[in-house]
Amino acid sequence: MDTERRLDTLVGAVADGPVDCDGLRVERDGGYAVETPEGRHEGLDEAALRETLAAHERLLDNWWTWHRLDGSRRAFLRWLEGADERPVDERYDLLEEGLTAGWGNLWIRVDLDDAGTRRYELRHADDADADPDDLTGFDDPLDLRRPLKFDDDGRYRPLKTAPNAPTGWRLGGLTGRDCVEAVDVAYPATVANWHRERTGDLDVTHWRETTERQTGIYGVVEELPREAVEWVAEAACVDSQCLKRREWGYDEEDDLTVDGGDGPFPCREPCSLVVAAARRWTTLEREEERTYELTLTPSEKEQVEAVIDAVADGTTDEIREADVYEGANRYRTRYLRAKRLDDEGNLCGVPTDPDPDDGDD
Amino acid sequence: MTDHRSQALVVVAHGSHLNPDSSAPANEHADTVRASGAFDEVRTGFWKEEPSLREVLRTVEADEAYVVPLFISEGYFTEQVIPRELRLDGWDVSAWDSDGLSADSATLAADDVEKTVHYCGPVGTHGSFTDVLVRRAESVTGDPDVGREFGLAVVGHGTERNENSAKAIEYHADRIRERGRFEEVQALYMDEEPEVDDVTDYFESEDVVVVPLFVSDGFHTQEDIPEDVGLTDDYRTGYDVPAAVDGHRLWYAGAVGTESLTADVIIERAADAGADVGDAVERVRESTAPEPADD
Ligand code: SF4
Repeated sequence: MDTERRLDTLVGAVADGPVDCDGLRVERDGGYAVETPEGRHEGLDEAALRETLAAHERLLDNWWTWHRLDGSRRAFLRWLEGADERPVDERYDLLEEGLTAGWGNLWIRVDLDDAGTRRYELRHADDADADPDDLTGFDDPLDLRRPLKFDDDGRYRPLKTAPNAPTGWRLGGLTGRDCVEAVDVAYPATVANWHRERTGDLDVTHWRETTERQTGIYGVVEELPREAVEWVAEAACVDSQCLKRREWGYDEEDDLTVDGGDGPFPCREPCSLVVAAARRWTTLEREEERTYELTLTPSEKEQVEAVIDAVADGTTDEIREADVYEGANRYRTRYLRAKRLDDEGNLCGVPTDPDPDDGDD
Repeated sequence: MTDHRSQALVVVAHGSHLNPDSSAPANEHADTVRASGAFDEVRTGFWKEEPSLREVLRTVEADEAYVVPLFISEGYFTEQVIPRELRLDGWDVSAWDSDGLSADSATLAADDVEKTVHYCGPVGTHGSFTDVLVRRAESVTGDPDVGREFGLAVVGHGTERNENSAKAIEYHADRIRERGRFEEVQALYMDEEPEVDDVTDYFESEDVVVVPLFVSDGFHTQEDIPEDVGLTDDYRTGYDVPAAVDGHRLWYAGAVGTESLTADVIIERAADAGADVGDAVERVRESTAPEPADD
């Protein structure tokens, strides 16, 4: 660690005003006054100041690390290592071993390199214990853009905060700046919005305002009934579908009852994916309800419900080929189709539209 | 260091919920500009992806943000959607004082961040974008001097969707024609006459380069146009470059916006709006050249 450089910088900084960081306070009092968790020294000349500080290498390094950062980047990196809660000595002990934190599906580790400088590593949380050699290594945060576009099955991820980020990669040896950059690649603007929220400055735009703003093909979305907005949030915004914590409601005074989630970073307005889906739901909700008479056995009714559940929860792949006790099993579902759908695909042979003139559209 | 207000470039583009390649040109051009070092910071923002247009400016640290839309023409997106979503305070399209082709830039503030935003006209209507079309002809043929005995077709939507989109197509077709480099130059449309389906009827030259004036590849450039012009009956089976069609050889390589020289136009847009880009324009022109710099 380049102690001299840190001392020079600190002495320069004190000339502009007191330095105060995590238990280290240095100010001018004619000479210099230094306060550390161990006590206070007053009336020091510069040589004595330097000597005192050099004996508190960690406090000095801690100040040096944070004085060069500001805004959301500084706040985030401090949060990662619990800088507001953990005293410097305890924190540096932990940093020597490596400290980890989670951010959505990300696992972030910070430790100190041989020169005592913080280094950051990112992985998927599921890979936290993986042998680094088993993971594909990247070193530029922007290199994550392409892999993070696809889930582990190679399917495009239209929503970056969906909990389906791919596994199998690591981005190591990062500076703090690059660490935040990488988090921003994975979950854009989440650090900025998290910081705004912590400083009481999060600008939430609720459903009504968001949909009233829409024009063009999305202009219709403001017609979606109030109760349907609950279903939208339940469909798309719960933690199983999106790791952002939904902070928007129907409007300022009217919260949704659906759980917003527990993630660290907020969702400040309905996203484009939700608005686009809601456009479809708006069209569908314009239809009048009808009563159909469908004849099913009790087990068949339950099976229809099980199929809906399996598709909605994305669990169809988990149902074993021969597990015919699962309603959403493929054989079971094919059997149901063979029995209950007619040649036109009508459930129980009941046409969707009772008017024969419109029947085969 | 001189007194320097930090400057960011923000490339804004459409993006897609369905097509993973839609945002690729914006990211690639942003990388090229980043490597040029002309800006303290380079960011991308999208209508359909993240960071969203609503939130991209809060990811920018610099004092000055030069926002360049990676769009082909002026219209609904550049005039309404982008300024609204960026929350550009007091935006009115008259600030561009444009005839549909001449939008340059407007300097505004955004409601949610404390910075100066220079909102630029789209990439596709900048004069330098003509060079990108020519560059595409060079890269698809592998010939830096292509032109003699070659025809060039500029293809886009017609006026049905956006009157200015046809203007942009004609603008570049006219400019290329005036240079006299190609034997023939023709603007063709997907949804009106002269139609791209009849491309071979419009050219005497045996060799024709077909350049779609689109920002990124999607089903228009990868599926419709290859089938419409007869490169293939089924886009899924692919096609040759060049492909023999009705006694002509058609050279086709998808959306022109993927051409790396587009990065140069992005920088020029920002420079026109007052960004200090040094010699980045020349450097990017060189770094994106397919062959050692020609003449
Ligand atoms: S609106 Fe917010 S919480 Fe809901 S899916 Fe979109 S980003 Fe996630």
